[in-house]
Amino acid sequence: MRNRIAFALIAVLLLAAPLVFSPFRLDLLAKYLCYAIVALGIALAWGRGGMLTLGQGVFFGLGGYAMGMHLKLVEAGPGQLPDFMSWSGVERLPLLWKPFADPVFALVMVVVLPVTVALLLGLLVFRQRVRGAYFAVLSQALAAAFVILLVGQQGLTGGTNGLTNFQLFFGLDLYDDADRRILYFAIVVVLGLSYLVVRQLARSRYGQLLVAIRDGEDRVRFLGYDPALVKTFAFAFSAGLAGIAGALFVPVVGLLTPANLGVVASLELLIGVAIGGRYSLAGAVGGALLFHYAKTIFSEQWPDSWLYVQGALFVAVMLWAPRGLAGLAGQLRDLVAARRRPAAPAPTVLEEARA
Amino acid sequence: MSKLLQVRGLNVVFSGFHAITDLDFALDAGELRFLIGPNGAGKTTLIDVITGLTRPASGSVSFAGQELVGRREYQVVRAGVGRTFQTSVVFEELSVVDNLDLAAGFRRRLPALLRRRHGVSDDVASALDTIGLGALADRPAGVLSHGQRQWLEIGMLVVQRPRLLLLDEPVAGMSRTERERTGELLQSVARDHTVLVVEHDMDFLRRFASTVTVLHEGRLLCEGTVAEVQADPRVQEVYLGRSRDELDKEVA
Ligand SMILES: Nc1ncnc2c1ncn2[C@@H]1O[C@H](COP(=O)(O)OP(=O)(O)OP(=O)(O)O)[C@@H](O)[C@H]1O
Ligand SMILES: [Mg+2]
Repeated sequence: MRNRIAFALIAVLLLAAPLVFSPFRLDLLAKYLCYAIVALGIALAWGRGGMLTLGQGVFFGLGGYAMGMHLKLVEAGPGQLPDFMSWSGVERLPLLWKPFADPVFALVMVVVLPVTVALLLGLLVFRQRVRGAYFAVLSQALAAAFVILLVGQQGLTGGTNGLTNFQLFFGLDLYDDADRRILYFAIVVVLGLSYLVVRQLARSRYGQLLVAIRDGEDRVRFLGYDPALVKTFAFAFSAGLAGIAGALFVPVVGLLTPANLGVVASLELLIGVAIGGRYSLAGAVGGALLFHYAKTIFSEQWPDSWLYVQGALFVAVMLWAPRGLAGLAGQLRDLVAARRRPAAPAPTVLEEARA
Repeated sequence: MSKLLQVRGLNVVFSGFHAITDLDFALDAGELRFLIGPNGAGKTTLIDVITGLTRPASGSVSFAGQELVGRREYQVVRAGVGRTFQTSVVFEELSVVDNLDLAAGFRRRLPALLRRRHGVSDDVASALDTIGLGALADRPAGVLSHGQRQWLEIGMLVVQRPRLLLLDEPVAGMSRTERERTGELLQSVARDHTVLVVEHDMDFLRRFASTVTVLHEGRLLCEGTVAEVQADPRVQEVYLGRSRDELDKEVA
């Protein structure tokens, strides 16, 4: 019940935000909400499943590029080339781009591309029992490789500049404040739905199984489950969410470059979740919002020191508050309980019976 | 009688060290068998091979007519072989019922897996009853005592509905009364399962075992009733590590 009230309250606050915020602020909030959608996936894969996903930017990027390619083609008009291609001397539309002119295909690819990559990677890696730090490094390497690929294919991807200049998003004029508000509402709705679905997953038997694998993968094998499959499912689910978030990020921010999905960007997605609390879905969402808000404020003022602040924050959280902000209350309770125990002897059975 | 489990010509080598050598071993359906042997005899290794955790250098393990060597762990479980570990592992964050529910679950289809647990299934309820943890059903497994954890593990095995149970030292570290209860639990489980129990404790064996197999340095030393095994001079030498006189004194 309390959870429902909190959920409704936050939904109302988010939906009322356009009344309070300037269009500029609302855009920022919309961007943070996209990161929050990614955070939900990370909370599932990392918080529940114990997979330290340092490469979510890849999936974010796959969804984003699928969307961006479609928007660029719509804008160029039938038979025409997107602007950056003519600049880099491409004369005919590459084969890879052609199907993205179709809106349905593009929307399907927003989810299918990241999910497929995650499924293949997951099956391959988890079957081989790669986990822990090895998995983290591998996923980070994937992000690095993805950036190199994007930058290297200038004519196909826009290279370092990425995809820019979006004017239309499925009939919405991206230069119109009222239309942008509709986009904002759409993002709020997607975040809300994602939250509900992930929460259902986390509470289901599947969610318990995932936690069991996190805490004792080898034991779960002897319960007759294939941990590789179970983990791959969560990993692919988180990839799908990241893809959707990337697709929404493109119209909000108006551009997508390799820097939005590289190693650092992937790390930032994770740090937000760590700060908010990876074991709590609300904590992950709140952490993503808070972290990226702080990043905006801080990196405007002291752009050089932000990187260090961010690193320090991460280390501090992992050392002293592994459950993040959402887990602080519980952590304090445990601390107090631990302090008390030696002083006051635990109540005897008799006392308990009397109470 | 038909053999449920048949191990033939088993050799297990760990980087040059022969943990099991030319082992032949069989279990009849419905049997309650005890497996003993000094530390490092290869008891756990034998269970590891049967359950797919360790690959043998050579040899075969046939279970109900199927070859188990080369299968993955979860496939062996699905074929009907369950096991526990020397150190018990229950999922501390999950409640006792949820631990059992999870263990009962590998046959579930995806839709049931994606839903929450509502109520307690018959299998789980009867297992709770058998292991006597009904009163603690909704407590997190992390609060259980050592003995209770072992019982929960046995319950988690039973709800998998295996045909063969392999228990690695289920009473190690237990108090006297806990041992007694575990022994009774084993006997009740053995009524409708085939059970192999690894155990060191002689008192426990005398009380609950009928047939005993002795391993020593990776080889089968002897097999027989508790009395026969205890009377075997080789067993006295290697396993009990005591001379004959001492043993006679103890018996007297
Ligand atoms: N993974 C491994 N790598 C190397 N040596 C191993 C491995 N597992 C077991 N051994 C060795 O194989 C031998 C048999 O071990 P095993 O665990 O089967 O003995 P055990 O009979 O279960 O003994 P205990 O009563 O101590 O549990 C021991 O000498 C052990 O050191
Ligand atoms: Mg052992």
